[in-house]
Amino acid sequence: MRAIRNGVSLLTLSALLLTAAACASDDGGDTPAAGGDASAGASGEIKEGLSVAFLPKQVNNPYFTVSDNGGKAAVEEFKGEYKEVGPSEASASSQVSYLNTLTQQGSDVIAVSANDPNAICGAVKQARQGGAKVVTFDSDTNKDCRDLFVNQVTAQGIAENQVKLISDQIGGAGKIAILSATANATNQNAWIELMKTELKKSEYSKIELVTVAYGNDDDQKSFQETQGLLSSYPDLKGIISPTTVGVAAAARYLSGSQYKGKVVLTGLGTPNQMREFVKDGTVKNFALWNPADLGYLAAYAGAALASGIITGKEGEKFTAGKLGEYTIGPDSVVVLGPPTVFDASNIDQFDF
Amino acid sequence: MVRKRLGTWDVLVVAVLALVVVASSVLVDGFATSRFWGFLLLDVIPIALIALPMTLVIITGEIDLSVASVLGLSSAVMGQLWLSGTPLPLILPLVVLLGVACGAVNGLFVTGFGLPSLAVTIGTLALYRGLSYVVLGDRAVADFPFSWTGTFIEPLPGTTVPWVALVVLGLAVVFGVVLHATPIGRALFAMGNNDQAATFSGISVAKTKFWLFVVTGAVASLAGFFWTMRYASARADNGAGLELAVVAAVLLGGVSIFGGRGTLGGVLAGVLLLITLRNALQLADVPADTLTVVTGTLLIISVVGPNAASMLRDRLRRRRPA
Repeated sequence: MRAIRNGVSLLTLSALLLTAAACASDDGGDTPAAGGDASAGASGEIKEGLSVAFLPKQVNNPYFTVSDNGGKAAVEEFKGEYKEVGPSEASASSQVSYLNTLTQQGSDVIAVSANDPNAICGAVKQARQGGAKVVTFDSDTNKDCRDLFVNQVTAQGIAENQVKLISDQIGGAGKIAILSATANATNQNAWIELMKTELKKSEYSKIELVTVAYGNDDDQKSFQETQGLLSSYPDLKGIISPTTVGVAAAARYLSGSQYKGKVVLTGLGTPNQMREFVKDGTVKNFALWNPADLGYLAAYAGAALASGIITGKEGEKFTAGKLGEYTIGPDSVVVLGPPTVFDASNIDQFDF
Repeated sequence: MVRKRLGTWDVLVVAVLALVVVASSVLVDGFATSRFWGFLLLDVIPIALIALPMTLVIITGEIDLSVASVLGLSSAVMGQLWLSGTPLPLILPLVVLLGVACGAVNGLFVTGFGLPSLAVTIGTLALYRGLSYVVLGDRAVADFPFSWTGTFIEPLPGTTVPWVALVVLGLAVVFGVVLHATPIGRALFAMGNNDQAATFSGISVAKTKFWLFVVTGAVASLAGFFWTMRYASARADNGAGLELAVVAAVLLGGVSIFGGRGTLGGVLAGVLLLITLRNALQLADVPADTLTVVTGTLLIISVVGPNAASMLRDRLRRRRPA
């Protein structure tokens, strides 16, 4: 009896599934790109009414909340429809499902920060086939998947900035160390290599990089590594920590130690994490790109693509509202600009 | 009596699923499209696949929480093997062997040392996930040939139904027949109801449970292979947290967390209900946090519901003959 009933429920289910999948099989040809006007802005104007969706790595992450709000401000300026969707955990597979959803909804522009450069590639391609323009920001996919990548900063820009910040504070001479994330973090390693090259310049000849420590982007480990650096190198003048977790942990250690105000710390951090350490004098300055500007630029870049002003080719130019004019570089990349430096004078203007 | 109650829960889940499908077709733009169902089935495949052996495991009164970590470890090992030049047709059986080994470790601890499966598999959940980071670190291996990755999301000609979904359906029939129409299946229910009674009636409880864990490991590694192909990316964190979706779907499908009760048809309906609801709400722009709340509530209802219903029934029944 039971076997029969289960057989029946299995059959019912599969029938339900197949009908559901088949019943609408003729509507697949719909072009969902009907959001904006068909006439491309030959005049170089951004079309009104574009639907722009932001898909961050993770929602409710303060960094992405700020960048997406930057995007929202831009979308309001060019009178589009803004929305933010995304997974609550930063995984590539859940981003795929959101990309699929946006494809079905017929978004004109999708601005996505990729949790995995490859895993969302297929879904991005499908979205583009469905008529959407896809701009990556903050974290790129493979370059053949998306239309454009809005890069927050170049590795070279970071290296120059970080070395300059530390050099200015230690008077251009002395031993420094780097506190990085994990030993195989691609970004970090690229930056560190360029910092080493930067340090070879004559104006930095009196600065010696003694070691690179790895805090694994773990608060406690970074804290202990900082402690270790200071006991192994008693004459250490400064630490660069180009990772938000590392720089905050190092600042916390320094602020409670005898080295406060004596050993210089700078790096890449967020104003909210670093505010108290800037105010109590542990840290003079640190840097990061402005995520709000990043989202703002991504929205304008997507809208320029969807309006036919640009196609993503190297050398094309477009105007991004208050940020001014941008030119597309090699591999369809647009760079936001040099990092923003935060110190006591401006830190309270930022909330992320 | 028990059987009758089960039947009603099955029917209820299928009815709710039908209701969700009908309501969403009317209310949610883009729901009643073949494309939606194509995407949905791709999301369903790994969960449905692992839910099959998980159903059997939970019916015997055990649980395997390490499945998502086995999936992740398989993915990481796949990536490493591919980097070292192993061809994919050889990687597939190797990965399944790995799943078998992971399952055997679980099975050995549970049946050999008589430890509770909840504790053992929480341990191996962490262990296997840790191992996957040892194998691949935070790298992603993504240069699998498109001739493979594309094939795994390929729909059946003329439809949007991925062919892999049919394979899963075929496996579901096999598991369904084993569970509901063979002496092995009856033994699984007996174990879930009462281990000792099952032992005295001549069933080798330990041996059966051991092999169930092995099968679960093997299926989880198959799911890992599919996952890696579908997302074209081998990563140590692949499928993290998936075990909860699987257990939620199994319980939603009417399988008792205490063992001894449940049907495979109900579980498939549970998987479909969970994913359909999630994707429909997502399509309706419901934020991710609300989605988590909905899934959590569904899980609570699915655990409390059948128990509350049976208590109510017992009380009514006791009153009637008096």
